[in-house]
Amino acid sequence: MASKKIHAIYTDDDLLMQAVKQTRAANYHISEVFTPFPVHGLDHAVGLAATRIAITSFLYGLVGLSFAVWMMNYIMIEDWPQNIGGKPSFTFYQNMPAFIPIMFELTVFFAAHLMVITFYMRSKLWPFKKAENPDLRTTDDHFLMEVEADNHDVEILTKFLYDTGASEISLIENEQDH
Amino acid sequence: MSSHYEAPIREPLVLGDKSYHDISVDVGAPVLGKANKSWWIVFTISLIAFLWGLGCIIYTVSTGIGVWGLNKTIGWAWDITNFVWWVGIGHAGTLISAVLLLFRQKWRMAVNRSAEAMTIFAVVQAGLFPIIHMGRPWLAYWVLPIPNQFGSLWVNFNSPLLWDVFAISTYLSVSLVFWWTGLLPDFAMIRDRTNSPFQKKIYSILSFGWSGRVKDWQRFEEVSLVLAGLATPLVLSVHTIVSFDFATSVVPGWHSTIYPPYFVAGAIFSGFAMVQTLLIIMRKVSNLEDYITVLHIEYMNKVILLTGGIVTVAYLIEYFIAWYSGVPYENYAYLSFGAATGPYWWAFWALIICNLIVPLSLWVKKLRRNIVWTFIVALIINIGMWFERFDIIVVDLSKDRLTSSWAMFQPTFVDIGTFMGTIGFFFVLFLLYARTFPVIAQAEVKTILKSSGASFKRLRAVHGDDHSHVQTVEEYPADAGPAANILDKNFESPFNSSSEDVEKNSVDFEKDKGKIDSLLNAIGTFNPDTETQDDLKKINGVGPVMEQKLHQLGIFTFDQVSRMTDREYDLLDEIISEFPGRAKRDDWAGQALILKNKN
Repeated sequence: MASKKIHAIYTDDDLLMQAVKQTRAANYHISEVFTPFPVHGLDHAVGLAATRIAITSFLYGLVGLSFAVWMMNYIMIEDWPQNIGGKPSFTFYQNMPAFIPIMFELTVFFAAHLMVITFYMRSKLWPFKKAENPDLRTTDDHFLMEVEADNHDVEILTKFLYDTGASEISLIENEQDH
Repeated sequence: MSSHYEAPIREPLVLGDKSYHDISVDVGAPVLGKANKSWWIVFTISLIAFLWGLGCIIYTVSTGIGVWGLNKTIGWAWDITNFVWWVGIGHAGTLISAVLLLFRQKWRMAVNRSAEAMTIFAVVQAGLFPIIHMGRPWLAYWVLPIPNQFGSLWVNFNSPLLWDVFAISTYLSVSLVFWWTGLLPDFAMIRDRTNSPFQKKIYSILSFGWSGRVKDWQRFEEVSLVLAGLATPLVLSVHTIVSFDFATSVVPGWHSTIYPPYFVAGAIFSGFAMVQTLLIIMRKVSNLEDYITVLHIEYMNKVILLTGGIVTVAYLIEYFIAWYSGVPYENYAYLSFGAATGPYWWAFWALIICNLIVPLSLWVKKLRRNIVWTFIVALIINIGMWFERFDIIVVDLSKDRLTSSWAMFQPTFVDIGTFMGTIGFFFVLFLLYARTFPVIAQAEVKTILKSSGASFKRLRAVHGDDHSHVQTVEEYPADAGPAANILDKNFESPFNSSSEDVEKNSVDFEKDKGKIDSLLNAIGTFNPDTETQDDLKKINGVGPVMEQKLHQLGIFTFDQVSRMTDREYDLLDEIISEFPGRAKRDDWAGQALILKNKN
C-alpha cells in the first residue's frame, strides 16, 4: 500500500508544541515527531503512552538482588564454607551483613545495564543501525512533524500545516507497506 | 510562554545571543575543526609521560614488586595512594550527572559530559594500580568468582578488597553506559553536521542510529532519570567500600568508623577540584566560555567549599579522638600530634594547608569567581588530596605497634614514573576526548536555553514574562507569531493547485528572462561538466521547493549563492515572488560562503 505522509518542518520548539496541539485538535494523525532535544511535554501532547522502562529497571534490580543472594549462599555457605576472620558461615542469614555490598552492587549492575539494553532494543539503537531522521537538520535546530495524509486532501492539509507555522512542507510517498 | 520562566534573579547559564543552531556550531567546532598547536604540545607531553609510565609498569611486572620502595613495615604506599586518589577523582562526574540531575540543577548541563568523561578516565587509572600490585596481572581474573581448577576454592566475599572489585567494576560500567546514552543525540548531531564521509561513518556507528523520535526522547529522559537514581547511591557506595579497605582493619588510624562519609566527601572534594582544573583549561581552548561560565565555576566552588568543610570536620574529629582515646599507638596516626611533629611532619602539614586552609579562601565571593585563583586552588586541592591518602596509608603504617619495625618509605623512580604515567594516560584520554567527542551535552543545553539563556532573560526583562519565546521564524505569516497564522487567511499555499506537481511551481521563464540573465551574469553560471551541484537545502531557509526553483533558474552551487548581494536578492524576489526579503534576512550568501569553504 502506498502511504502518503507530509513532513512539516518547524524552527522552534514552542511553535512545534502549538502545531502539534492544533494538528491533533483538527483530527489529523501525527505519525512521528523528530526533535533535536527533548521538548518538555511533547510526548504528552502527541498522545504517547507513558514509558514503562522504569518498571523494567525495578524488575531487573530484583533479578540482580536474587542472583546476588543465590550466588553468596551457594559460594560462601553451601559449596565451601570457611571461617574467615570469625565471620559466621553457618547460615546465610548470619553471614549476610558481609554480603550487603555485593548484593547492592549487583542490584545496581543488573538494573542499570538491563534497562539500558532494553532501551536500546526498544528504540532500535545499536552500532551500524542507520539513522532514520528524514532531515539532517532535525538533530541541529529543526523540528519535523510527520502527518498521515492518506485520507486527507493534501492541499487543505498543507495549507493547514502552513498556518500552524511550518517553514517547510514536503509530501512523502512511501511505496513499501508498514 | 511562561513555561520558560525562570526567576530573573538567577544569572544566565548560556551567555551571548545563542540560537539552537549556534549551540550545535559551538559544540561541534572542536570536533569538526583542526587541532591547534597547543593541543599537540600538551598531547605530546602527556603521551611521553604515558609511555614512560608504561615502561615503568612493564619493568615492575617483568621484575617484580621489589622495584618499588615498599619495605616490611610499609607494604602499601604509592600504589594504593594513587588508586584511592584516582577513584576519588572519579566521583565528581557521577555526582554532577546523577545527583545534580535528581536536584534538577540546570548548570550541570554544561559540565556533566566532561565530568563523566573525567570519571571514566580516572577510574581506568585507578583500576590499573590494584592490578599491577597483584604482581602477576595476567592472573587478575582470579578476583572473579569463576569455577576453577582448585576444587571450588572461591574468592572471599567477606573481604572488603573483593567488595571493591565489584563496586569499582559496577561503577565503571554504569558510568560508561550513562555517559554513552547521553552522548547518542550529540554524536547524531555531529554525524548530521559533518561533511567528511569518514567522520560521517564513524559518528553514525557511535550514535547507534539515533534519530530523535519523540518516543526515543521520552525513554531517553526516563532512562537518564532512573540511571541517576541508581548512580547516586552507587557513587556513595563506591568510596564507602574503598574506605572499608582501611576501616575494617585493626591498624591504628585506619580502624575508624568515620571513614565512609568522610571518604565520600573527600572524593567529591577532590573530584570537583579536578573538574575545575580540566574545565578552566577546556573552556578557553575550545572557546566554550559562553557555556561554561564564571557562574558554573562559582557553583562548583561552592560544592568544593561544602565537601571541603565536611572533610575539615572529619580531620578535626580524627585528631580529637586520637588524642581523647589515650591509646599511645593513636598518637602516631596520621592526624595526631605525633604525626604533626614526627618524621612525616611535612606530609601532615601539606594535608592541613592544602585541604583545610587554602580552600577557606573560597568563602570570599570575589575569589570564588576569580578564574585564575580557582585554578590555583583546584591544583592545590589535587595535591592535598593526594597527600591525604599518602598520610592515611604511609604515615599510619610507618609507626606500627612494634617500635623496632618503625620505618620510612622511600619511593623509587618506578613509583614516581608509574604515577606520572597514569597522569599522562589520563590526559592522553582526555585530550583525545576533547577533540573527538561533543564536550558539552548540547541537546540538554538546548533544553535550558529559553529559560536560562542570556538573550531570553533579556527578552523577558524587556517584554514581560509572557512574551513569546518563539525564535525568528523563517516565513510569513509565522513571523508575526504562531497565533497570527490562524487568523490570517490571506495566505497562499506554495503548492499552487495540485501540490506535489512541481512543474506547476515553475518560474515564468518568458516573462523574467531578462532578470534571470542579469542574475546569472552577476553570480556566474553553472557548468555541469566541470562543477558538481551542492545541496542547497543546507542553507537555512532553503527548502525543497525553493531549491527546485533555484535549480530552474540555473543556481546549483554554494559558490553562486555566495556571490549574491542586495541587487541579486531583489532580482530573486522579483522572479520568485513568494518569499520576499527571505534570502536577505537569512543571509543566504553568508551561509553559502561558510558551506562552500567547508567543502
